[in-house]
Amino acid sequence: MISISVDSPFVHKVWNDVELSRMVEGGVPFSMASDSGGAIGRAYGVYDDVAGVDVRGRFIIDPDGVIQGMEVLTPPVGRNVEETLRQLQAFQHVRATKGSEVTPSGWTPGGKVLRPGIDLVAKVWQEWNPRDVYGEKKG
Amino acid sequence: MEEKKASCDRPVAVVAAMESPEPKDREIPKKEASGMTIMVGRKAPDFTAPTYRQGKFGTVSLGEYLGKWVVVCFYPGDFTFV
Repeated sequence: MISISVDSPFVHKVWNDVELSRMVEGGVPFSMASDSGGAIGRAYGVYDDVAGVDVRGRFIIDPDGVIQGMEVLTPPVGRNVEETLRQLQAFQHVRATKGSEVTPSGWTPGGKVLRPGIDLVAKVWQEWNPRDVYGEKKG
Repeated sequence: MEEKKASCDRPVAVVAAMESPEPKDREIPKKEASGMTIMVGRKAPDFTAPTYRQGKFGTVSLGEYLGKWVVVCFYPGDFTFV
């Protein structure tokens, strides 16, 4: 995990020491990087040059350095860490099976996977039903 | 990770393969440089940036994480409340 904002490492330190360490035992365990000037944010398409900040962009990067997932939000809405972890676990599962198993919508570890192939064409409905994952919610 | 002493110089982040073009080359490129397009399934741009981590100042490079999964998270600013 690497977190990045345009703030200096000094400000990261103070934020960690006076606030974040009161939310997380021992403080932030990962590198808090400084993108002063926004060069990294520009390279990732998340730098807002009017506000001069990096917006909420989150990238899941695999062991080969390839982006597998990305999500970008405007500042007022926070992220869902559980969802990031779920996606990470799903990408790890796909990689571990060399893509022979893929994870349908709403998959969580241990959940139903699909094996893509000619036999699955038009047969997903037999293998997977949204009610199994999402229940009977209406609307 | 090499520890950096706190000083008044301003270390800045460096992004790999993102050299500024000479002014005469500043025409609109006909095609985006393919290496810098942000897209799932493509390489993440490498970068090196100054950091704070667990009581020390230092630097981090994305390249250090080759062989591992890594989540890179941008946010608008320290002390934001969301």
